[in-house]
Amino acid sequence: MSAHMKLFEVFIRSRRGLDHKHVGSLHAEDPAQALEYARDVYTRRSEGVSIWVVNSSAIVSSQETDCESFYDPLDDKPYRHATHYQLPDEVNNM
Amino acid sequence: MTKIRPETDVSPQEAVFQTRIDAEEKIEPKDWMPDKYRKNLIRQISQHAHSEVIGMQPEGNWITRAPTLHRKCVLLAKVQDEGGHGLYLYSAAETLGASREEMVEALHAGRAKYASIFNYPSLTWADMGAIGWLVDGAAIVNQVSLQRTSYGPYARGMVRICKEESFHQRQGYHIMMTLAQGSAEQKAMAQDSLNRFWWPSLMMFGPHDSESAHSAQSMKWKIKRQSNDELRQKFVDQTVKQAEVIGLTIPDADLSWNEERGHYDFGEIDWEEFHRVINGDGLCNRQRLAHHVKAHEEGAWVRDAITAYEAKKRQRDAQAAA
Repeated sequence: MSAHMKLFEVFIRSRRGLDHKHVGSLHAEDPAQALEYARDVYTRRSEGVSIWVVNSSAIVSSQETDCESFYDPLDDKPYRHATHYQLPDEVNNM
Repeated sequence: MTKIRPETDVSPQEAVFQTRIDAEEKIEPKDWMPDKYRKNLIRQISQHAHSEVIGMQPEGNWITRAPTLHRKCVLLAKVQDEGGHGLYLYSAAETLGASREEMVEALHAGRAKYASIFNYPSLTWADMGAIGWLVDGAAIVNQVSLQRTSYGPYARGMVRICKEESFHQRQGYHIMMTLAQGSAEQKAMAQDSLNRFWWPSLMMFGPHDSESAHSAQSMKWKIKRQSNDELRQKFVDQTVKQAEVIGLTIPDADLSWNEERGHYDFGEIDWEEFHRVINGDGLCNRQRLAHHVKAHEEGAWVRDAITAYEAKKRQRDAQAAA
């Protein structure tokens, strides 16, 4: 079997006003073909109004195994949350 | 068969666009849109972004002088959030084809404005309370309304921002409450700050509806969802009680509950002051802009270093491949 075609990640906007969400991936020769395949595979039941395809190799991601060092400094700051501030009941809906 | 002609001479594209807006559907970046809609949005979103970033200055002023380590951490976190909000907004404007460089240049050249409230100085620690409570409070009223704006990326940015703003307002109110429950001097400091920030906060909603330059078209395009006066009234109605609860007095002799309207009546804003500050003659206009220019210029070496590093990396990769 010959070498695989390039891998693309597929994102779909289900409705105007919402963000595109990752739904899966597929192999295609080029972006235009990936878009058509994505339509054929991922929107057979009107799942979306807009599709993004992105070369998988273009995605840079953090790893869950790096969580500790990557997010650790953010975990001890409860004061970033609105609920941290205790206010009198009469105005607590602020 | 004759085609029904639209009442006005709008293009078919514009008719589709307006139908979409009338049906409460969002406009997304790649949709066709009237040039004026695009320009109007770029103006509004970029000025909103500038406000977030310039707004870091009056609060940044107090980070080194916060009364406790906890208050300092909170203030630092809040100012960091404002920087992030600026980024969300600049990015939303960029989906309309505006570049970051153009927007910053327009700010520096004085062509783009930012919220006039940030041209008032932050003189005391209580101002950190008043800014969070009143300025962020007023901003939230506006931003909650903008979650329903017609441009998708702007609306989604507002949802993200509103989620984070709630902490800002509550920490500000908490500062005011703590001062109001403290010594006579501390309470006086809180009252003085309320006195200075109350009217400028009301001015944040802009001119009366009858005087507002951009309002009518913005409402038709649903860029704005509620008028300046409606939003201002909402802010007054919700804030009066918050002041009462902590024993502070809103500095307006005309403020009174109107049973018939179901709203508070309040005094007239000093519009002369409003226009003076908007047009560059507030207490801190020059300082705010000069500081932004200075920070931008002094940061040039960082941007240069990033570019140089990328170039070096590319060269090394190319050599390794050869």
